[in-house]
Formats: sequence, structure tokens, C-alpha cells
Amino acid sequence: MANRITLVEAVTQALAWELEHDESVVAFGQDIGANGGVFRATDGLQKRFGEKRVFDTPLAEAMITGLCVGMSTQGMKPVGEIQFSGFMYPGVDQLISHASRMRNRTRGRLSCPMVLRAPYGGGIHAPEHHSESMEAIYAHTPGLRVVIPSSPRRAYGLLLAAIRDPDPVVFLEPKRIYRLTKQEVPDDGEALPLDTCFVLREGGDVTLVSWGAMMNETLKAAAKLAEEGAEAEVIDLGTIKPYDSETILESVERTGRLVIVAEEPRTAGVAAEIAAEVAEKALYSLLAPIERVTGYDTVMPLFQLEMSYLPSVERILGAARRTLEAKR
Amino acid sequence: MKTTARFEIGYEQLLDPDGKPMVKRLPAFANDKKTMLGLYKTMSLTRAFDTRAIALQRTGKLGTYASCLGHEATHVGVGSAMAEDDVMAPSYREYGAQFTRGVKPEQILGYWGGSERGNVYEGPAAGDFAWCVPIASQCLYSAGAALAFKTRGEKRAVVVFLGDGGTSEGAFYEGLNAAGVWDLPMVFVIVNNRWAISVPLARQTRAETLAQKGLAAGVRGVQVDGNDIIAVRKVADEALKRAREGKGPTVIEALTYRLSDHTTADDATRYREAKEVEAAQRKEPFVRTRKYLESLGIWDEKKEKALVAENKKTVDAAVKAYQEAERDSVAAMFDHMYAELPDSLREQREAALREAE
Ligand SMILES: Cc1ncc(C[n+]2csc(CCOP(=O)(O)OP(=O)(O)O)c2C)c(N)n1
Ligand SMILES: [Mg+2]
Repeated sequence: MANRITLVEAVTQALAWELEHDESVVAFGQDIGANGGVFRATDGLQKRFGEKRVFDTPLAEAMITGLCVGMSTQGMKPVGEIQFSGFMYPGVDQLISHASRMRNRTRGRLSCPMVLRAPYGGGIHAPEHHSESMEAIYAHTPGLRVVIPSSPRRAYGLLLAAIRDPDPVVFLEPKRIYRLTKQEVPDDGEALPLDTCFVLREGGDVTLVSWGAMMNETLKAAAKLAEEGAEAEVIDLGTIKPYDSETILESVERTGRLVIVAEEPRTAGVAAEIAAEVAEKALYSLLAPIERVTGYDTVMPLFQLEMSYLPSVERILGAARRTLEAKR
Repeated sequence: MKTTARFEIGYEQLLDPDGKPMVKRLPAFANDKKTMLGLYKTMSLTRAFDTRAIALQRTGKLGTYASCLGHEATHVGVGSAMAEDDVMAPSYREYGAQFTRGVKPEQILGYWGGSERGNVYEGPAAGDFAWCVPIASQCLYSAGAALAFKTRGEKRAVVVFLGDGGTSEGAFYEGLNAAGVWDLPMVFVIVNNRWAISVPLARQTRAETLAQKGLAAGVRGVQVDGNDIIAVRKVADEALKRAREGKGPTVIEALTYRLSDHTTADDATRYREAKEVEAAQRKEPFVRTRKYLESLGIWDEKKEKALVAENKKTVDAAVKAYQEAERDSVAAMFDHMYAELPDSLREQREAALREAE
């Protein structure tokens, strides 16, 4: 009875639900048909829904992205897959020049209810270009939504929401945790909201905000802090853009301390945006300087060094302890 | 060595520059009074509009404007061949094609006058894409639209316009490849006006024709005299019929010439010779069409005068509507970013509105 599945299986389950219940949904990308995608995110979908609904494309990312744009303007709900987020860039022109602005360009006459999915992030010993976290590029683009799930259940609910959303969504799947844990995910077609973050752990001493695979280390750090007598509130951002600042601000007003944990490079990142907004709106609640624990402003290193690049539980703990020890 | 494949590119021209038929039998529509008058009138309106738009820009009443002078036969010929429920994806100067789709001159002025309101088309154009400035990127979303039609089994086609310069872009080739691999109901119209701003065709490609660029993707290509309204309409009719019947995509290379500067911000005398322009002027599409109508006995000086007056009235009314339109409110910048305004943007909208007060 219990339907315990991994994050990547939850992606498949959500795609299957939506393909089953909405005729206008189609899924396509490289190797997603018979092969079921290199991570098996579309496993069995072509067999089940046929080649008209689930199909392989030529090897051309700009084209995949452009197909999403064009199909969505004509009343379909395309879900394109880019094999790895590091190969999204040829299609970024279609995202920034068209998907994100079609609605505005035509004052609502045309719109792009599309989803572009891609596995992203480091930690799986992959070759060059397969491990980076460039969500800020998309978050910086007016008109896009950027969603990053961090558990099987949220992957299911957020992907359903992304497909149903009337605007273009970049859906980045943290591949490091594709198979890390299993969770019961009822296949009930229930979407999760795209306009709220998720409070994964309540606590009154320090607020830890993160998203994607880093939720894992962040939750571990929170458990360790609890052993040390400090209760951390852990917030999963979920939707990176536009993000729910209210939940974060409310939490920081209670805890007075904020640590933002992210895999992305540091400068001009999503973490920087959150820090800036909290500084603008909740500075007087802060008992300690805001801490960011992020990747470095380096090229994502090849895998010998990738764990040194990624924020570790230790780095998160260090930052959290500094906020807890700070004296005003 | 054996030959494994052989290709050729056809060239269609039916009227000479004096408007004389070059073949014994023109297509049936060429003898249809109503069709031919309709084509000519739209070409004529396009030219009247273009002239006025440039004047408006020169007097500070319009932003930078891209003239279509010399392209009228290509634009009107292709646009008029489209069915209402086909979809057009223009680049940025296909006014003649847009007029055939019901786009109003004041909307075009609205766009070049700095407001997205100009892109809110109605009628047959309601589903058309708006202007596409990033060169050739329209080829990709056009393939998406065509794939939507094909997936749903609809007998509709997408017409995408691009320039000779645009054929150097990767997006063009990726779009062609998509059209070929899925046999999409698409027509690529390459408006070869010989110039991409200041770069001549010889600097874009070594290929003998641009039509042949489809061949590597398995897409048929045809060249046409883009200043010959009858030839353009004929090849467009054929290509669209094929597309709608599921016989696949076509590349049409329309040979014409950009008689104007690239845009009002450009000065073409910096990079091309007057005598080249003069030579092109002798082949332009407008006079040729008129002479053909005269030879049919359906056009004369009096009718021409009346048409000029009618166009003036239409353009005057469009300019008036454009100039009297209210400026966009600051809210318009925010209100169409998402279907529903996110909280963060609501805050910014309120701040911008306060600022505007
Ligand atoms: C991707 C991109 N690069 C550069 C430009 C700047 N630009 C605008 S028009 C143009 C020339 C285009 O020439 P062509 O494709 O022949 O079209 P035409 O203007 O002749 O109609 C250039 C380089 C642009 N709009 N988009
Ligand atoms: Mg050109």
C-alpha cells in the first residue's frame, strides 16, 4: 500500500499523472523515449502514452527550448527535458528572449505555459559541465518561475504545479538526491503551491534557509545544533523565483538569526537576494550578521574537489554557531 | 565515385520588370480581378504607410523604424497566401504581410512608438507571433507552433520570415532540422534583400543560394523573384498547400532588395554604392505590378489617384489614432509579466506607481 519512491520516481509519477489527465501535456527531450532519460525520469512514459506525447528530439537544446515556447503559445503544455542543466545555455536565448517575455510582449495575447526540466547540481562525480548550480541566471530573468524540489513529495507536488502554471517554469532537479531517500508519495494529483516556502523544522534560535540538495546538509546541521541546545528553523525555499519572503521574514523576526545555504556561486546569487531583502525589511530584528554558506565564485571543479566546493555540514554549523555566539 | 544524391533549386519568375508575363499561362489567380486588385492595394497601402512612418520618425514622433521599402511584393504575396488560422512569425519589417492578416497600421506605429499595446492583434492575426528582434530566434518557436498543429492533427501552417543575415544563425538551422525531422507544416520565407545592415550577402555565406540551406535538413527549397507578386504568391500558395496537406515544410528564398536604410538609425551610404541601389530600383515590385494591372485593363491613372487618396486617408487616420492613444500607464509594465502578479512584483508595482505620481 505504501508508495515509497525516490525523488526521480516522483518526477516520473507527476509527469505520468499530468500526461494522463491533461491531453495538452507533452514531454520531450534527448533520450527520454525508449531510454526513459539518462536518469530514468521518464521511464516507461513513452510506452504508456505513445510517441506523440512522449518523444525524443534531435540533439539541439535551443530547439528543445524553442519548441516549448512555440507549442505553449498554441495551447499545449510542453515539458521539455534538458539532459543536464549545464547544457541549457544554447536554449537560454529562447528562455530570456521569448518564454519569459511572450506574455508581456503581447500584453497577454500569447503566453508560455511551459516547463523546462533539467537535473542540476554537484556531488555525483560527473564530468565537466554536469555539476553546476546556475539557478540565479533564471531567477534573475523577469517573467520566469524557478522551482527546485528537495524531496520526493515536493518533487511530485511542485512539478504538477509547474506544469499547471500559466507561465514558464524552469524546474531544476537536484540530481545528487534523485535517489537519496524514499518517501511515501500518494499519486493523487495534488499540486503544491508555488508561492510559499516549506518549513521543514521549527525552531526559535536561528533560521536556516536552503533549497535543492543542500536541504540534506542543512537538516543535518539543524539536528546537530539541537544536540548543542540550539533550535534551528529550517526553511526550504522550493520556488526560487518569485520566492516567498514572508515566511522567511516572519521566521527571522522570531529567531533574529539567518543562515542561507546554497550550492550556487556566491556573487549575485539567490542567497544574496534573500540576504538583501532580509537586511532591508528585518534588519532591526537581527541579533547577528546574516551568514551565507554558498559555493565559491570558482568554476565548479572536477569531481576531485567538488565536495570541497559544496557547502558541508561543518561549514553550515560554523556559520550557525557564529550567529548564535554573536553579541550585539 | 557514384552519385548518391542530387539536388536542384528552382527559380520562379513570372513577370518581368515591366510587368509583362514571362510565361504563356500565368496562374489562375493572376487573371482574377479581385485578387490582383487586392494584392496591389495592400502593396500600395504598405508603401504609403512606410513613407509616412519614416516621416514620423524624422520629425521625432516615432522611435527607430525599420522600413520595408522594396519588400512589398514578398510580404504581401506571402501573407495573402495564408489561411486565417495559419500562424505568422514575422521578424521586424513585414508590415505588408501583417496588413493581410488584419493588423492595423496604428498598431505598428504603436509598437515602434514604444508600447507593447501595438502587439495586441485581432482578427486572423490574433494568434500570430509579434515582432522578433533577436535574429532568427523566431525559427525555433515557429517549429514549436507547427509541432503543436501537427500533434493535434490540425491542417494549419506556420509561416516564419527571416532575412538573408538570419540564415547564418544556428537557430535557423535548428529550426530547419526540426521542420525536416518531423515533416512540420512550416514555410520558411528568407527575405534575401542582399544586406544585413552593412554586411552584404557574400559575407554571410559561400552558398550559391539560400534556398539550398534547407536541403541538408531534407527540406525542399525554392527561389523566387521576390519583386514579382504573382511568382511570390504562387510559390507561397504551393508551399502552404503542401504544409497543410502534411507534405512537409518548404524554404522559400525571395530575392529582393532593401531599397531603404536598414532602419531610420542607419545610413546606408556609408557602405553601399548608389549605382547598386539604382539598379535595384529598376526591378522594384510596385511599378511592375501596376503595369501588369494596366495590361489587364483593370487599372489606370484615375484609379491610381483615387487609391493614393484613399491610402492617405487610411494612414492619416492611423497616425491620428496613434498620436491620440493614451500613453501607457506605469502599471502596464508589471501587469503582464505573469498571469497573476506575484507579491514581490506587487510591491515593486506599488512603489513605481507612487514614484510616477
Ligand atoms: C541575434 C541578433 N544579433 C544582432 C542583431 C542586430 N541586428 C538587427 S537587424 C540585423 C541584420 C539582419 O539582417 P537580415 O537577417 O538580412 O534581415 P534584414 O534586416 O535585412 O531584413 C542585425 C545584425 C539582432 N537583432 N539580433
Ligand atoms: Mg537582409
